[in-house]
Amino acid sequence: MKFQISKEPINIQQVIDQVVQREAGAITTFIGTVREITHGKKTLYLVYEAYESMAVKRLEQIGKEIEERWKGADVAIVHRVGKLDITDVAVVIAVSTPHRADAYEANRYAIERIKEIVPIWKKEHWEDGQEWIGNQLETVAYSKGEPEAKHLDE
Amino acid sequence: MNKLLFFAHLKDEAGAETLSIDVSGKTIAELKTIVSEQHGLTKIDSVMTAINEEFAEDDDIIQQGDTIAFIPPVSGG
Repeated sequence: MKFQISKEPINIQQVIDQVVQREAGAITTFIGTVREITHGKKTLYLVYEAYESMAVKRLEQIGKEIEERWKGADVAIVHRVGKLDITDVAVVIAVSTPHRADAYEANRYAIERIKEIVPIWKKEHWEDGQEWIGNQLETVAYSKGEPEAKHLDE
Repeated sequence: MNKLLFFAHLKDEAGAETLSIDVSGKTIAELKTIVSEQHGLTKIDSVMTAINEEFAEDDDIIQQGDTIAFIPPVSGG
């Protein structure tokens, strides 16, 4: 299972192990963690929710896109759902490629695509309230049916 | 029949995670008008939709048995 939504803490080594290949000269691992302070505001904890069946399909799509763009790449991605505390691991992406430059590039591509097309949402819980995070200005219309590069924030 | 799915703030606004409704033959744009009027969903124009787990366009036509998901801007990662 190289592309998963997980209700349990992510085993980072297991994600890495799935992209080990004899042809690879590099494996890059991205670990997304829950940050305490965002724009000066203190987060107590987050709750992630996913449209799980579609989210897995979109993660698989990202894996395919990477294998097409970077020759010999192998990809595994696991995203956590449920309640996460500060410093908890929300997402792990492992990419192996024959040469290191591709492994860094492809891994960066994966996290940016997750923020565009994978149906996962986080709800921030602060001391003074809570809010589902998305496009906080609520002004974005996705004319192409999915977000474009300009819609990305962080 | 069709199944509608709501996520994140839309789920809170609609007060439900799923709805069963027959909207076959209608477009996604027509369905958006229906749900925003009947379930008080605001700013639904900026929400993405998926038919059977694939992103859909406003002029796509809904078929019998399709599952339609309303997907607010995502915030994973």
